[in-house]
Amino acid sequence: MKIGVYVCECGINIAATVDVPEVVEKVKSFPNVEICRYNKYTCSDPGQESIRKDIKELNLDRVVVASCSPRMHEPTFRAVVEETGINPYCFEMVNIREHVSWVHKDKEKATEKAVALIAGAVARAQFLEPLERKEVSVIPKSLVVGGGIAGIQAALEIATDGFQVYLVEQSPSLGGRMAQLDKTFPTLDCSACILTPKMVDVARHPNIELLTYSEIEKVDGYIGNFKVTVKKKPRYVDTDKCVGCGLCAEACRLKGRVLNEFDENLSKRSAIYIPFPQAVPLKYTIDSNRCNMLRFGKCGDELLCVEACEQNAIDFEQKEEFVELDVGTIVVATGYDNFDPSNEPKYGYKENPNVITGMEFERLVNAAGPTEGHLEINGKEPENVVFIQCVGSRDKEGHEYCSRVCCMYTAKQAHMVRDKFPDAIISVYFTDVRAFGKGFEEFYNRVLDEDINYLRRELDDSIEVVGNEKGVIVKAEGHPDIHADLVVLATGLVPKSDNKEIARKLNISLSGDGFFMEAHPKLRPLDTFTDGVFLAGCCQSPKDIPDAVAQASGAAVRAASPLAQGKVVVEAITAIIDEDLCSGCRICENLCAYTALEFVSDDKIMKINDVLCKGCGSCAAACPTGAITMKHYSNKQVLAQIGGILNQ
Amino acid sequence: MTTTQPKAEVKEFEPNIIGFLCNWCSYAGADLAGTSRIQYSPNIKIIKVMCSGRVNPMFVVNALQQGADGVLIGGCHPGDCHYQHGNYLARRRIGVLKKVLEFMGIDERRVRMTWVSAAEGRKFAEVIEEITDDIRKLGPLKQLKRVNEW
Repeated sequence: MKIGVYVCECGINIAATVDVPEVVEKVKSFPNVEICRYNKYTCSDPGQESIRKDIKELNLDRVVVASCSPRMHEPTFRAVVEETGINPYCFEMVNIREHVSWVHKDKEKATEKAVALIAGAVARAQFLEPLERKEVSVIPKSLVVGGGIAGIQAALEIATDGFQVYLVEQSPSLGGRMAQLDKTFPTLDCSACILTPKMVDVARHPNIELLTYSEIEKVDGYIGNFKVTVKKKPRYVDTDKCVGCGLCAEACRLKGRVLNEFDENLSKRSAIYIPFPQAVPLKYTIDSNRCNMLRFGKCGDELLCVEACEQNAIDFEQKEEFVELDVGTIVVATGYDNFDPSNEPKYGYKENPNVITGMEFERLVNAAGPTEGHLEINGKEPENVVFIQCVGSRDKEGHEYCSRVCCMYTAKQAHMVRDKFPDAIISVYFTDVRAFGKGFEEFYNRVLDEDINYLRRELDDSIEVVGNEKGVIVKAEGHPDIHADLVVLATGLVPKSDNKEIARKLNISLSGDGFFMEAHPKLRPLDTFTDGVFLAGCCQSPKDIPDAVAQASGAAVRAASPLAQGKVVVEAITAIIDEDLCSGCRICENLCAYTALEFVSDDKIMKINDVLCKGCGSCAAACPTGAITMKHYSNKQVLAQIGGILNQ
Repeated sequence: MTTTQPKAEVKEFEPNIIGFLCNWCSYAGADLAGTSRIQYSPNIKIIKVMCSGRVNPMFVVNALQQGADGVLIGGCHPGDCHYQHGNYLARRRIGVLKKVLEFMGIDERRVRMTWVSAAEGRKFAEVIEEITDDIRKLGPLKQLKRVNEW
């Protein structure tokens, strides 16, 4: 057995804290170590080349690299050894950067620890075995979860690449948050005007199958072969028959009595509804929480909607349906929730009708909104408007991050108020104006010139909105009180309330802020830790529309590439069973979450289906006779590593 | 002439701790502590496993036999296991093992199971500080001697 060990200095990232030459001196004396070297950057071309050269010249059988986290460069070095004729599983990586040099300051102790970890890896390397990676075929279809602008973009891109896409949206229509916005900053494009053609494109695209009013129920499988169960909620309207004429909504007994969530509850709709006029698909849905017939089994003496519908589309017998989709990759674009300021009494939201959120403002100025675009509070045009920034963002006790869009949407909204009311007094309480995007600073400067008072306050300074008979008084520390008749809270973007549930279904992680976590913040911002699952839009972090669209296009490329290749290589780490040792006790059977272990009653032993096995090793840890071996994490390998570390 | 030898400086006992971390959550949490440069004691040496459910209690016993003064097992938070329920299996196994260790006269605090997510770099460092402190107070483990290869 000949082992080559390569210790990386990573510039000074490792070398500043670990005495790399000393490590190399010690490692050289370890059993079976044929060669030990150090490089400034082992991942660089010369670093890789020195490994290749040694493998050839010294006939190495195993290679150990001590450098950064295997999450970073294990694929790099596996490829290096594989090119030179060593099985990639005969390579072992030691993390002496993230787990040593970056977390310890004492050079002597850090050096000792690095030596111990390498000793563990060298001991383990002797027992590493070559493994064959399985190549599996890829179902040439993709699933996009979420029908906002990010999901729409991703679906269109993948579909245009020639692959079939299922687009699943939980609400009755495509569009997401962007559909609620009036204008977009900094160009002041009409949001609906640029969004709705894309929604129509989705509906028309021959490669996209749209499943609205549907939710992901369960996700099984792995990259290339996901099996996704989707719940189609009953609309109680036959979408094949419904022509979207709206006669039912006109007739509905509850017309004008049901809060319209699309208008942020500022208007009322019927119990049978479309969220907004340009909805895609233009099919009506019955709100089962409000419809009398669905709640009480009775609606007056006659069913007005059924009578009104000339198409006979209404069907109160509809039940939820479950469909199974087989897809190769998944793009998650589930978006965000708006911060709810009612939990922060200081803003006086809900107490005073004069205090509204940024999204409510969007609906109020929208021509299709509850007031047909007339910005008025209690029937009166506002004369003194105050915007308060960073509501629910940059809060060390709550959402610590910056929501990235509020500065600019506030500038846009201030501009719109000025546009409508040239004589209004407009003030903005801000802390830092973050105008970082293309055209943002220019737009902010333009708004500043429109006689809008930008008033700076510290985040920790107190601010309070109290009602009086005329409107409200905004009391901000260090500033004179402002008697306002409209206060707009620049509410931030928060993770969707069901993110945790979605993350569990998709087997992906959440970041500390509650948004979905990317595989690497710099280099793999579209990937998740689960191969074949990608992220797009605000589900990953708050972003504006151009960033969401760009990320969605990127995620679409990531999701389409395995489909184009037709094959993916999956990890070779699975369990195997020694039939001679298996006693058929069946303890392992119930431990397996994937039913990969099956009892063969004729032979009274267990068999492992290595296509189903995901390689967790729960069975191997429980097998009383030691019949199950976990490839790449066998007892021998782990125990050797323990011994290597401790006996060093 | 007699001079007393200067007393060797009394060095505080520094425990040797093995940490089995699952690939998906705890190992990533330890990586995050690294990228965030959050400092912690160097006593812990990490061994990566795919899932905390892979940790055979014999690994823990073996580590203690081979000279570890304590062992940490890190998995995903309950409900977040990458393999659905491997962390629950680990919790049960470690729970049982702790009882056996107590029976053998070994303080159960030497073995600890914890949940660290990929986002919890700070928590990871805190856990390491806690277990290192605990075991430093307990002193070296003397009860278990390695008898033979397992």
